[in-house]
Amino acid sequence: MNKYIERLYNGIIKENPTLILMLGMCPTLAVSTQAINGIGMGLSTTAVLVLSNLVISLLRKIIPDQVRLPAYIVIVASLVTVTELLIEAYLPDIYSALGIFIPLIVVNCIILGRAEAYANKHTPGLAVMDGIGMGVGFTIALTLAGCIREILGSGTCFGAQVLPESVEPIGIFVQPPGAFLVIALFIIIMNAIGIKTRQRELVENDCDGCCATCAMTCDHRKEEDK
Amino acid sequence: MKSLILIIVTTALINNVVLNQFLGICSFLGVSKQMKASASLGVAVIFVMTIAAAVANLLYTYVLAPFGMDYMKTIIFILVIAALVQIVEMFLKKTSPAIYTALGIYLPLITTNCAVLGVALTNVQNGYSFIESVFAAFGTAVGYTIAIVLLAGIRSRFDEESMPAPLRGAPVVMIAAALMSIAFMGFSDLAF
Repeated sequence: MNKYIERLYNGIIKENPTLILMLGMCPTLAVSTQAINGIGMGLSTTAVLVLSNLVISLLRKIIPDQVRLPAYIVIVASLVTVTELLIEAYLPDIYSALGIFIPLIVVNCIILGRAEAYANKHTPGLAVMDGIGMGVGFTIALTLAGCIREILGSGTCFGAQVLPESVEPIGIFVQPPGAFLVIALFIIIMNAIGIKTRQRELVENDCDGCCATCAMTCDHRKEEDK
Repeated sequence: MKSLILIIVTTALINNVVLNQFLGICSFLGVSKQMKASASLGVAVIFVMTIAAAVANLLYTYVLAPFGMDYMKTIIFILVIAALVQIVEMFLKKTSPAIYTALGIYLPLITTNCAVLGVALTNVQNGYSFIESVFAAFGTAVGYTIAIVLLAGIRSRFDEESMPAPLRGAPVVMIAAALMSIAFMGFSDLAF
């Protein structure tokens, strides 16, 4: 049982996809204007991640190695389509708030990254727990970013007034520049308290911060250079 | 004609794909270290994005929509883009090795660039015609190139040694991006 709990801990804290691995920056920056959007996006991604990890883990002995990436993309894209239709039907508010970023879960580096790094080497049970851990870690980070931006930018959190009315909200935080500033602040705090993020590792290896698939390309590039 | 120019200005400057829509952040932060690499990637993105949007539009109008398979668009588009990048790569390798060596390493990066898929999907959402889709994709890609080349220019002036240690690397790049984003907000007042 220990191994399964370890997966959850790994996903939420040790290798938090957003804060430590720096994966899936696009949705993190784009949908964190409100805490509720962060939760919506986080949970949609978690659903896709858990199911894709499960399916890929079940098919890991069947999918030939040479065509594994296209196969993963088809699996993930099908799951995303299902999720998109369900959200459109049952949660229309979230659907219109997240907009284009729901279909774009397909190209979220976390999903292909976990498929490649974990799900295709481990048993279905472990892969599902890995998916839950990573998904919850992503959701927490997104909600945190959303909460901070909402409090600073409109004085509310989950729609409830937090700052007194007399405090003028800093409008820029709910607009695009605020996303960059809040995420930059996160990384500065992580750096300052000495948590080593993968971003730093990549920068140090001269493979400047990028997502899992970019990192694959980067390795490929290094091999070609040799 | 006026509406096409408007589409280009809107997609390139007002709704800049990176600084306003947050698509393609990975490569924006990752590749912007060197000016030359950024410009090459920009050209590759313009190339692939325009072709991808054209193909996606034709597929949607003549295959997906008539057969009522609208819901298949995410799957079809991502496969088409992946295949297209492969074909473009092979084509360039055969016909113009010089361009291939300049762009080659950046082409695989584009498959996972969410901006390409994002533009194809946005075009469908906006109900653009074929010509409008091509112009919107071209404008978006030009916007991407402007943003990444500008960021590369800013980064080349960084003196990391003089910065406080926690700011080095990713954070300071993000802050530069935030300031660029503020500057680009000024374009939203462009009136026609």
